[in-house]
Amino acid sequence: MPRLRTLEIMVGAFMAAGFLALFFLAMEVSNLSADVGGEGYRLQARFENVGSLKVRAPVTIAGVRVGRVEAIDFDPQRFEALVTLRIDPRYRQIPEDTIASIFTAGLLGEQYVSLSAGGSEVNLGDGGLLEQTQSALVLEQMIGQFLFKKAEEG
Amino acid sequence: MEPHSPRDSSEAGTLSGVRLDEAGDDVLVRVRGLVFGHGGRRIFDGVDLDLPRGKVTAVMGPSGTGKTTLLKLIGGQLRPESGHIEVDGQDVHALSKAELFRLRTRMGMLFQSGALLTDLSVFDNVAYPLREHTTLPESMIRKLVLIKLEAVGLRGARDLMPGELSGGMARRVALARAIALDPMMILYDEPFTGQDPISMGVLVNLIRRLNDASRLTSIVVSHDVADTLAIADYLYVIAGGQVMARGTPAEIRANPSDWVTQFMEGLPDGPVHFHYPAVPLAGDLLEASLEPGDA
Amino acid sequence: MVGKPRQIMFESLARLGHLGLHALARIGRGHLLLLAILGGSASLAARPRLLLAQIYNIGVLSVLIIVVSGLFVGMVLSLQGHYVLSQFGAAESLGVMVAASLVRELGPVVTALLVAGRAGSALTAEIGLMKATEQLSGLEMMAVDPVKRILTPRFFGGLVSMPLLAALFSAVGVMGGYFVGVGLLGVDEGAFWSQMQNKIDFREDIVNGVIKSLVFGWVVTWIALFEGHDATPTSEGVSRATTRTVVHSALAVLGLDFVLTALMFGD
Repeated sequence: MPRLRTLEIMVGAFMAAGFLALFFLAMEVSNLSADVGGEGYRLQARFENVGSLKVRAPVTIAGVRVGRVEAIDFDPQRFEALVTLRIDPRYRQIPEDTIASIFTAGLLGEQYVSLSAGGSEVNLGDGGLLEQTQSALVLEQMIGQFLFKKAEEG
Repeated sequence: MEPHSPRDSSEAGTLSGVRLDEAGDDVLVRVRGLVFGHGGRRIFDGVDLDLPRGKVTAVMGPSGTGKTTLLKLIGGQLRPESGHIEVDGQDVHALSKAELFRLRTRMGMLFQSGALLTDLSVFDNVAYPLREHTTLPESMIRKLVLIKLEAVGLRGARDLMPGELSGGMARRVALARAIALDPMMILYDEPFTGQDPISMGVLVNLIRRLNDASRLTSIVVSHDVADTLAIADYLYVIAGGQVMARGTPAEIRANPSDWVTQFMEGLPDGPVHFHYPAVPLAGDLLEASLEPGDA
Repeated sequence: MVGKPRQIMFESLARLGHLGLHALARIGRGHLLLLAILGGSASLAARPRLLLAQIYNIGVLSVLIIVVSGLFVGMVLSLQGHYVLSQFGAAESLGVMVAASLVRELGPVVTALLVAGRAGSALTAEIGLMKATEQLSGLEMMAVDPVKRILTPRFFGGLVSMPLLAALFSAVGVMGGYFVGVGLLGVDEGAFWSQMQNKIDFREDIVNGVIKSLVFGWVVTWIALFEGHDATPTSEGVSRATTRTVVHSALAVLGLDFVLTALMFGD
């Protein structure tokens, strides 16, 4: 057993390294740094079909991540999915005629919400609704349509 | 510190071995009707002992008679099946944990192995009870530790680790630790076992000197006849869960019982058999030769 | 004895019953000891130096083996993961795979197994030998509670060290995976990190991993201390107890990991 002073220094270094590792895992490995948390404002969008979109999926504009999906609910009156997006407060200027689409990253990748900005002068505020949406593409539907078209042609 | 004036009348009462209750206040440890078993074996079966204050009392017996167990019972580490043990008027096994711990600070125990904490130096080992149970400043603790180490002649070894000590030295350090809090009594567990003649002499001398100088009560548990007779004021001989004999060294030597004679003289056979209880040898051998065929 | 099947039946029933009672008694003693250990936590607060020494023994002295193992586990994960993922054209997901395996499972579990082997066995041997050499008895006779003074600091030392060691293991593993994946196999660096950050959730993955390693720290040090304290005080007894510590800790960690994973991640 080393002397008390050395002992204290070693244990201090160990604990610092341990907490540093935890910090690294939190900030670099996980989504904590990208997490806007309680901050930011909410937008809502209705989709006919959200495909396999998940809560916490990224929300991007022009490929830049601006927020995340906060909640996905089912609206029993309109039989649609109601998706709540939480947008980083830095990105305040989102025009009201912006289109929300659900895309897939890569062929088998995860799905995310992409916003393509419209031309309106009026920006959406907290709780604003994105009127124009494009649902997720479902592979089976696409194949079905393709075969149907082929059959019509032939 | 306890008064050191055993009245002659009480001493006589104890020595006669008949009227135990007349020992009065000069009995520090009083054992009555002690029954204790371990693993289905009765170790003590109704043992009565009176250990007088300020004296060296020895409890002797062949190995395996539970001498160490007796010390653990007195120290409250084990609980008897029946009977009770009083130390300085307090029933050890009726005390709460806190009270028992307070009583133990007034007892020192010298374990056979020394039981020093192996990760602390000699100095820190002796300082341990002082640091645990007192709020003395470090300078005071240093002085006390050095005085105690001086008493056992090991002041120069204070920076050694227990692993660097010989068996005899470790036992002396343990003795210094046992007397660190100036206890009223010390329990010695086989203090002479495995010692060379010189360190044995040192220990015998130390036990006697500590007892007389600090007016301690000493309880020595041992199977070493010669050295125990030399040191003890009063002796108990225990075997088979019973007290076989009691008295001063002279009385024990003069005891006419075959058993005591065998024990004292170290005769190989007598009332205590050389053989551990077994079926007759011929039967045992015959059975062994049958077994392979049986399986 | 061949002709007495009934006797054999009773014999084996009795043996089974004996084993069961024995196991129950051990479990009971283990819980009583745990209660006594936790009861000492107040007195530990007055002696932080004892805790410090045990964090050194259990934590600091395990850092080397944890860091080296973490590095290699991360590197191997990256190699194997890349082989499988590249067949699906999903090599960019390598970062996610490496990080998720580490923070959810391998970090807490492998760390616990390594700590059980390195520190747990040492704790058992130490306590067992202290018992065999009457040091625990000696403390008791000095009116010092050996559970409070010896076992409690070790228990909390293990409890504190385990999550920190697991975090080190995972962090070093992710770096190892990064070196192999990005440096050696040519996975895009941006994709490696960004996919990882998108997929690994702080609360779901990191916090759950820390909870796991706290549970493992609790169980491993508990088993190690109990085995030492309950050991037969002979050299054979201590060696058996040390073996039992490693075996029982490993089984307990793997079993608990399944239960915890099912509770945390299994919807």
